[in-house]
Amino acid sequence: MHIPTLAPEVIFHIGRFPVTNTMVNVWLAIVVFFIIGLILRKRLAIKPGKMQNFMEYFLEIMLGYFDQVTGDRKKTMRFLPIAGSVFFFILLSNWLGLLPGTGSITIGQNMLLRPANTDLNLTVAMALVSVIGSHLYGLFTVGIFTHLNKFVQIGTLIKSLTKGPVAIFTAVVEMVVGVIEMISEVAKVLSLSLRLFGNIFAGEVLISVLSSLMGIIVPTPFMLLELLVGLIQAGVFAMLTLVYLTVMTTAPHGSEEHR
Amino acid sequence: MDHESVVTLAKGLTMAIGGIGPALAIGRLVAKAMEAIGRNPEATDKLFVPMLLGAAFAEAIAIYALVVVFTLK
Repeated sequence: MHIPTLAPEVIFHIGRFPVTNTMVNVWLAIVVFFIIGLILRKRLAIKPGKMQNFMEYFLEIMLGYFDQVTGDRKKTMRFLPIAGSVFFFILLSNWLGLLPGTGSITIGQNMLLRPANTDLNLTVAMALVSVIGSHLYGLFTVGIFTHLNKFVQIGTLIKSLTKGPVAIFTAVVEMVVGVIEMISEVAKVLSLSLRLFGNIFAGEVLISVLSSLMGIIVPTPFMLLELLVGLIQAGVFAMLTLVYLTVMTTAPHGSEEHR
Repeated sequence: MDHESVVTLAKGLTMAIGGIGPALAIGRLVAKAMEAIGRNPEATDKLFVPMLLGAAFAEAIAIYALVVVFTLK
């Protein structure tokens, strides 16, 4: 029985740069996207063809869901390129991992293909991009001072100095809350990356164990379950990215008329 | 006890204890969703996706326990 290890296996080196089997899958996903994008762009027409119609259908569904989160079509259109491509990339790389050949084609001792999201490096990278990206968007949208005041609430403290002891006490409590906010930003990255990694890795281990028990029929329902898990986790990651972006670009509640 | 048996025990306990919370959460979530569908069958489409999302979040806690199990050596 071969249970996948936590770290991806190094297949070969380019110079001194190690290429792992998860990286092969990532680039496979990127190439597939690139080809689909190029074909779609070439055939773009006002009267859509079959493929364009298909893609527009998905886009409409996605816009509907995104509108529910942002509550504003303008904001949805602004964040669609980030959250939408995160969704499709995770979805495709999850589903690529279920194709026959993943884990069974080997080079030496190691498998050639391994689902991309069973590599913690990739999920941490994506989580960092979405959290740091949301902060950058926040900085440029609501202004540097307002954004930083969400975490280090010195502005609130200075304003409260003229308003008596109760307001000062509230401001001190809010400063402590700001520190907790900072910790929760780190926790965002952790939970976002570990959720995706854990789900896909657990699925991979589950399928490996079941195929070693019985190679035929038994793993099939679990692979169907993995299709669903891949879709849901892609949706969760994209939705959370969108929520972070939306929250960060919204001015803090009642910051202007704080009495 | 030697090192290996402690690790095996810890793995089993991590999974067992870590599974309780998410199991209760998912059970309660789905029960409530079923109740809601029973009361108002037309709401099925609206309920299904948020229910799946909630179940995914609850399940993630169990997955954290699983990741810890894999890291125990």
